[in-house]
Amino acid sequence: MKLTLKIWRQDGANTKGKMVDYPIDGIEGDMSFLEMLDVLNEELVAKGEEPVEFDHDCREGICGSCSLQINGEPHGPDRLITTCQLHMRSFNDGDTITIEPFRANAFPVIKDLIVDRTAFDRIQQAGGYVSVNTSGNTIDANSIPVNKHNADDSFNAATCIGCGACVAACKNASAMLFTSAKVSQYALLPQGRVEAVDRVQAMVRQMDEEGFGNCSNTGACELECPKGISLENIARMNREYLSANAKG
Amino acid sequence: MAKFIAAKIPEGPLEKKWQNYKDQAKLVSPNNRKKLEVIVIGTGLSGASAAASLAEMGYQVKSFCFQDSPRRAHSVAAQGGVNAMKNYKNDGDSVQRMFFDTLKGGDFRAREANTYRLAQCSAALIDQAVAQGVPFAREYSGYLSNRSFGGVQVSRTFYARGQTGQQLLLGAYQALLRQQAKGKVKIFNRHEMLELVCENNTAKGIITRNLVSGKIERHAAHAVVIASGGFGKIYYLSTLAMGCNASAIWRAHKKGALMANPSWTQFHPTSLPQSGTYQSKLTLMSESLRNDGRIWVPKNKKDARNPNEIPESDRDYYLERKYPSYGNLAPRDIASRAAKEQIDNGFGVGELKNAVYLDFAKAIKDLGKTTIQKRYGNLFDMYEKITGINAFKEPMKISPSAHFSMGGLWVDYDLQTSIAGLFAIGEANFSDHGANRLGANSLLQACVDGYYILPYTLQNYLATQIDKPKPVTHSQAFVDAEERVKTQLQTYLNTNGTKTPDEYHKELGKMLYDYCGLSRSRKGLTYVIKEIQKLREEFKTNLLVLGDTYQINSELEKAGRVADYFELAELMCLDALNREESCGAHFREEYQSDEGEAVRNDDDYAYTAAWEWTGNASQPELHKEKLVFKNVSLSTRSYK
Repeated sequence: MKLTLKIWRQDGANTKGKMVDYPIDGIEGDMSFLEMLDVLNEELVAKGEEPVEFDHDCREGICGSCSLQINGEPHGPDRLITTCQLHMRSFNDGDTITIEPFRANAFPVIKDLIVDRTAFDRIQQAGGYVSVNTSGNTIDANSIPVNKHNADDSFNAATCIGCGACVAACKNASAMLFTSAKVSQYALLPQGRVEAVDRVQAMVRQMDEEGFGNCSNTGACELECPKGISLENIARMNREYLSANAKG
Repeated sequence: MAKFIAAKIPEGPLEKKWQNYKDQAKLVSPNNRKKLEVIVIGTGLSGASAAASLAEMGYQVKSFCFQDSPRRAHSVAAQGGVNAMKNYKNDGDSVQRMFFDTLKGGDFRAREANTYRLAQCSAALIDQAVAQGVPFAREYSGYLSNRSFGGVQVSRTFYARGQTGQQLLLGAYQALLRQQAKGKVKIFNRHEMLELVCENNTAKGIITRNLVSGKIERHAAHAVVIASGGFGKIYYLSTLAMGCNASAIWRAHKKGALMANPSWTQFHPTSLPQSGTYQSKLTLMSESLRNDGRIWVPKNKKDARNPNEIPESDRDYYLERKYPSYGNLAPRDIASRAAKEQIDNGFGVGELKNAVYLDFAKAIKDLGKTTIQKRYGNLFDMYEKITGINAFKEPMKISPSAHFSMGGLWVDYDLQTSIAGLFAIGEANFSDHGANRLGANSLLQACVDGYYILPYTLQNYLATQIDKPKPVTHSQAFVDAEERVKTQLQTYLNTNGTKTPDEYHKELGKMLYDYCGLSRSRKGLTYVIKEIQKLREEFKTNLLVLGDTYQINSELEKAGRVADYFELAELMCLDALNREESCGAHFREEYQSDEGEAVRNDDDYAYTAAWEWTGNASQPELHKEKLVFKNVSLSTRSYK
């Protein structure tokens, strides 16, 4: 395949960026999107040009490192996958592909396609845990049965990989889907109920302080989420938040 | 003559050793703990669990990772599960049995006392993880579910669909953040350790590079813990993440920490085969698939029919044929080698003839599509995303891939390396798995090291540091170390040759895979050592890295990692050459039975090979830790 790549290049956090065109040839359908960028980078280095920096690590869709706004969509045109799992067979010979970083005020660009997503760590740190020490001296794991339906829903919420696609997809750059997934995981488990009130209040407060926007109610986040995290989590978080505030 | 080293294993019967240790270990009073600082490198399961646990105790912890968030460490990718002796299934499990399975799985090349401790500590992990809100799979009754895994005959594996590593890691990550919120931990993301700083053979701190600003930083502490994971990425094509590397352990090795059994690498039998030269990694499909999938190749090499059109009579279910009692659940090393044998003999399938079939047709017929969908739905989805093939309709194509480093930094029973105050935990050390790790024991070891063992053993060391002067970053050792790092980085940039780090990495990886991979021989190893030396010399003069050191420069990061791989690769080959026997994942072609099974030599090789850096990568010095088996009789490892 022969393609034209339009890629966002930006030297650093405080410099202006711009789109740059790169023609590329010899791309095979079985290549992953990031392998295609590897090929481009090797070509750039050979020509004495600095390679395009992008975040990536596991390349199997679970670490949440890779990002990229591809043709305007987080993680590209396919559903339920991350950029590293996107394969070039999803594109056609002659295509022009635009590649930009995830855009949000709370995700400032560090270089090229790399953004700073530590705001997510801070939301998590505000209360996304059960306050139990790690000694192993707790009750037997089977002493509290958990309704399978709740356990499954909790697991589904917990599969969030913290990539930030939900934020990049949202016209308000809202982090509601990310935050609500963690709130839901614990709201659905007996182990998480003890701190439920404080947790939802603290995490929502942090989310607002980081500069994420309000929920746009369009559902773009759910559509673009590589892990299929459901909008139901946002509804559940809203209920938790309202009831927490009612309790004071 | 090799020198012998001792592991400081506590006295007493096997089942009492750990309790005896804990009863006698030195303690530090809560008031003194806050004066003591610990550095932990890596935020995977072992690193995050250790950092969180030490901070809970009251120590001041600095936690480092190269990723943008601690949550991304590669433990996140572990799929299948975590073993624990709970015997919820009432199927005959016990600590003794789990200990024996692990020791046997490792082909009797692990330390009895460590392996027993691993089994002993396993049950508490499940209790704790559930208390932390880790959403393990449950039955309709609401109780926890188990599955079976390769190399054992009981169901002791706990799991969270195909994402057990992710869920356990997030539990540890959250425990870590909880401590950062309390001010007990400071996390340094996008930082890479580039040097260990020692004074009088005692670890005093590290030099790091801030991967965003490029700034070289000094960090001093009373103890340093390396939890940087495995180095299977040295083969370039592997199941590991792109950033996984050996640099932390290798740079500690060059400061005097011994490296144990470095050549012992597990090749995972169920990863996806390579499809082209551009390929950057081999995706793993969970071993749990072997519970219901049947592995086969056509009986006729030239059979070009679609797999569904090949009748039963023309298929060779070689694992079921060769290992009737374990069948498709034979341990990883055996399943991988058996696949390689088929592929090498020309029975491989797929375009490049580099794979074998993993077939679910019978399971779908017997159990129904819904059950299989529930058990492996996400794995089938993943397979289809990558290959474009629906595994409900057609068998998967799989092949072995470099996966787990059984070797690593040598540690004693305390998980302390041969450098005082330097500890190594999780996959970064060598300790519990012998020559082959059983499936679902990796998450277990990482957690047990970090949550339950290090808090005792590190404290035992820190108790001796209360009266010592606090390590400072302006000492000569720090100044020198920083200078060395800066010079080295500048050297990569100044070389100005023609080949990128990735090009060298791919070449080196191929050499290792061919000659120090699934099988090794004296002839091949002797040959490849010279090739590695040649390529390493070329690397020094012909490397191409653009840019500068003052900003994000991923090519510069790779250059340092590949430079370390070049030295480690030679040590791996020397280690494989030294061990004139076959054991577990280490298969020396000269030492096999008539049926092609591994033949151990317990008289001469029942030891751990621990190598010392001498300043010359080609002439390391061998130390031996004798393995003493008092509680099991060494048997030929048979899964027939």
